[in-house]
This record gives sequence, structure tokens and C-alpha cells, in this order.
Amino acid sequence: MMQIEFILNGRKVSAAIEADDSLYSVLRALGMYSVKCGCETTNCGLCTVHMDGKAVLSCSVPAARCEGHEITTLEGMQEEAARLGACLAGEGAEQCGFCAPGLMMNVFQLARENPHATDAQIDAFLAGNLCRCSGYVSQRRAIRRYLSMMEVQG
Amino acid sequence: MAKYRNYVMAKTIEEAYALNQKKSSVIVAGNMWLRMCGLKKQTAIDLSLLGLDKIEETEDAFVIGSMTTLRALETDSALDQAFGGVFARALAPIVGTQFRATATVGGSVYSRFGFSDVSALLLALDAEVILFKRGAVKLTRYQQEPWDRDIITHIRIAKGQRAAVESVRVSGTDIPVLVCAAARSEAGIRLVLGARPARAIVAADGVDGAQMETFEHIAGRTAFGDNLRASAAYRRRIAPVLMERAYTACREE
Repeated sequence: MMQIEFILNGRKVSAAIEADDSLYSVLRALGMYSVKCGCETTNCGLCTVHMDGKAVLSCSVPAARCEGHEITTLEGMQEEAARLGACLAGEGAEQCGFCAPGLMMNVFQLARENPHATDAQIDAFLAGNLCRCSGYVSQRRAIRRYLSMMEVQG
Repeated sequence: MAKYRNYVMAKTIEEAYALNQKKSSVIVAGNMWLRMCGLKKQTAIDLSLLGLDKIEETEDAFVIGSMTTLRALETDSALDQAFGGVFARALAPIVGTQFRATATVGGSVYSRFGFSDVSALLLALDAEVILFKRGAVKLTRYQQEPWDRDIITHIRIAKGQRAAVESVRVSGTDIPVLVCAAARSEAGIRLVLGARPARAIVAADGVDGAQMETFEHIAGRTAFGDNLRASAAYRRRIAPVLMERAYTACREE
């Protein structure tokens, strides 16, 4: 067992980990249930979290590598999640909701990197977030709405 | 899933190299494929504290740290300007932004993945692999060598080239069925075929003023194989088209 310390949603936490643990498994053990493992093959985007402000796949990040780093999950972004969630619900952009936390974390990244993204840029940026319910068109509408709302709010 | 006894955050490249001389050790880079290959090792060696995640521009080249993510290659403005945006175009089809923010160029190059878009592009650009012990080795040579226990520290790409990449995929973010990368330098145009599905190779060098028959001839002498995504015959059939497109795009750049 190894002991690591990192910043989780603004709070310093420590965790006892195995050498081959992923960040995903540590976050789940710490009660971050928004982080889900969908595919275990780095394709689905469900496990997306922010590491030092960048969206990464927590299933592939070795837990030991997180020592001293800043990790943010959807639990730490509840205000933003409520805003984006309202847009998703308003556009009928989710059904089962299983992919929503990973999608949201990547949309927040998109909003930071490219707040005026075109439809094509939205599609390209979110290509790594799979959804079996929405068909993506309603998600794109919701994200457009969210980005416009964020622009108005400055 | 990969299993390790110890996980070492190497403090120096010398420490990483010394640990990596044991067969029971493995270097962890992006950890995208390594974690899925089911290997069991005594020691996993992490290079992320060694500052190998930088893209440096010199007078005549770009020197890219082996732990640089594919996303960093894709979004680096200096690389974008120097190579006409080819990195962004070539890497964008790889899974998703989060995947590319985690996968590293060193991991792709060391592993010699046949399906690697980035390896095909780097081969076309005649990149050099800088190894801790051996020093600089041309990627054309490194790509064909068996895995060894040296450590890639950097990838060097000479400036003054134009490149283009064309690929075919069954679906948007999937592994490619075939990749063709072309790069134009003073020596002419180099054509690389990747995802054959074997390791990428230089299919032709110094090509100039080529017609479709030339590309058909190159495809005819190149070895292709079958896998779940396509047959060798299908790959051989589409290869001339991809080569023609990449060649034309590269010449027109």
C-alpha cells in the first residue's frame, strides 16, 4: 500500500492506494459517485474528471501520479452542473443520465477552451463522450444553450 | 488489467533507466493501452516528474518531450504554425479530447502501435527518437526494432516540412483501417502507410510528380494484412486513393 495526498474539489485528502490503482477507483472509494466506469477501454468518457484544470480519463490516470495534484469531479462543480443540467433537461438531451457527469465535465472544459464553439467544434470536442440515448443532436442544442447563457452571464 | 507491486515516481532519468533494466519493470507513459494489456510487473516506473512534457522550438527543429500529450501536440501554436496545422488534423480523430489529454507521444512511439496515427505522421516527417542511452535514432529505424529497455526522452522533428494525413475509419473515433501520411521536404515527398494493420512503414520516398498508377504500384508492393476492421485486399484497394490525396494535399500546402 502507498499513501498519497492530493487536492480533491478544493480540499486536501489522503488515500491509501495499491500500486496499480487508477484515479477512478480512488475517487469512487472517496465517495465521488459521479465518476463512473463505462467501458474500461478509454473510449466512453464516463470517468472524465479535471486534473490540474484539464479533462482526463480517470480510468487511465495512475492514482500514484496524482500526488500533489488538483482533482475536480462533478461533486466540486455543483453550481455549474445545475446550470448545464437545466439546459440538458430543457432540450430533452438525456434519458438514462448515466453519461451526464462525464459529458458535463468535458463541456466545462470546452467552455473554458472555446466558449464560442461552433456546432462542428462542439461535436469534435465531445467525440469522446458516448451516449446511447440522446443521439447527440439534443445534447448539441443544450450545449449551445449553455454556452450562450455563460456568454450572457459573462 | 495491468498489475504492479511497486509504483515509482522517478526523480531522475538515471533512476528510471536503472530501474527499467530489469525485465520485471515497465515504464508507464499515458497508460492508455498498458493498463489494458494484462501484464504483471514488479515495478512500474513513472516519468511524469522529469519535465519531459514540453515542446521546445530551436532554430531548425522542434524537440518534443516523450511525456507530451497528444492534446498538447494538437493545440501547440508553434507546431501548428510550423507544420500548417497537420498535427491538429491528424490527431483529432483519435478517440476524444480527454483521451488525447492523457495519451503521450512517447508511449505511442515506444509501443510501435500499428494503428498509431501519430507514428505514421512522425515517420513521414522523418522524426528522430532521442533515447537516454543510445542518443538519436531515426524513427524509420527505431520503428522496426524490437522493444528494448532504453527510455525515449524526446522526439525531434526538423522544421521546413509540409505534411498531410489521410485515414479511413469504420466509425469516427475508432482505430484507423488505414492511414497514409505524406511529408514534403527538399528530398521530395515521403509516403507512409500505417494501420496496415502492422507497424507503419515508409512506402515510398522522394516521390515527385506522381500519377495514380504510381500509387497503385506502391500499394501493390506493400504488405497489408487482415484484421477485424478490414481485409488486406480492401486496404490495398484504398491505399492508392489515400496516398494520392495525401500527396496532393502535401504538394499544394
